[in-house]
Amino acid sequence: MVTTAWDVAAAVPDPEIPVLDIAEMGILRSVVVDETGHVIVTITPTYSGCPAMKAIETTIVDELKRAGFGDVDVRTQLAPAWTTDWMTDDARRKLEREGIAPPARSGSQDDILCPRCASPDTDLISPFGSTACKSLMVCSSCGEPFHHFKTL
Amino acid sequence: MTVISRDTLFAYVLRHGDDCLILSQRLGDLISRAPELEEDIALANIALDILGIGRLLLQYAGELEAEERSEDDLAFGRTEREFTNLLLVETPNGDFAHTMVRQYLFDAYQDLLWNRLVDSSDETIAGIAGKARKESRYHLRHSRSWVVRLGDGTAESNRRMQQALESVWRFTGEMFIDDEIDRAAAEAGFGVLPSSLSDAWNHEVTTTIETATLSRPDDSSIRTGGRDGRHSESIGPLLAEMQHMYRSFPGASW
Repeated sequence: MVTTAWDVAAAVPDPEIPVLDIAEMGILRSVVVDETGHVIVTITPTYSGCPAMKAIETTIVDELKRAGFGDVDVRTQLAPAWTTDWMTDDARRKLEREGIAPPARSGSQDDILCPRCASPDTDLISPFGSTACKSLMVCSSCGEPFHHFKTL
Repeated sequence: MTVISRDTLFAYVLRHGDDCLILSQRLGDLISRAPELEEDIALANIALDILGIGRLLLQYAGELEAEERSEDDLAFGRTEREFTNLLLVETPNGDFAHTMVRQYLFDAYQDLLWNRLVDSSDETIAGIAGKARKESRYHLRHSRSWVVRLGDGTAESNRRMQQALESVWRFTGEMFIDDEIDRAAAEAGFGVLPSSLSDAWNHEVTTTIETATLSRPDDSSIRTGGRDGRHSESIGPLLAEMQHMYRSFPGASW
């Protein structure tokens, strides 16, 4: 039963980056089902003002109800604060395929590679992009502008 | 004793929440009005981050109260005198120089504040600060780079940055004044004394002002009152716009 509830919640996509689900993003922290069938889902927000959080919460409840779970509570846990280190390797590969340079592992000094031509010769245009989690970059080798998922 | 410290905790959380709420409302005005597209997106992102932290603080403040007001009740149902934000954050946007100088001076303060509040004895405050400091670092880096770029830019951009600095400087002293709430909060272990942030802030700001080839205004005149609900006239129109829907259609939802 626990595995099922986890699977249902884990499959909820991130509305801003639909190729990723909330488990790969590291947003989903735990799913607990008690004897009475009550489900408690704990999530950790990515960026504090991220409008996706409310949508994620609503979708988790809807999806679990659709899967037959009656009573669902979604709780938000702030500490420890979410970090891009919680994103799975699979998530990083998917981001790259979407043309979004994945976040660096914290402490790493590696260059940000262009997702199109893999050149390390990239520059920051603006630390703020079309969503709270992304910055705007440009590749000096192929000239392609791209998003970088900010390291947090 | 518990009752007093709960009231203090409420007031302490509320004032920092109000700083965030009012500044994010000011920044929100600039959406689709910034001088360039990237900056428009940046200001909207910063506003959203700050609003997010403000919401967490107001939600928490509401839980601490006997009346248990919601974040919306606190944001939209209070009158001007009940807001305890710093005067700095309510100053009008002015030109881009003014917006950026205000942002920089406040980011430098808030980044220090969150880095200290992560050690708060109150778990929720520490949790919110832990989240906020990851974002304030980005905000500070951004506003600092604009101060340097425009200060050390053309004669005109330098002139306007200096003018903006002179105009908002009198509101910066208020950030570092300890009042009763701050002292009680610091003593109880969940807050920090604003005066203890002053040295580090001065160091940061003085270094940047020098790099930007600007001159630091003198500290002779300091405006205060925000923490006691005594505001400048410019907060009236801001609140009227922000609270209009909630007050005109009480209980409306969509």
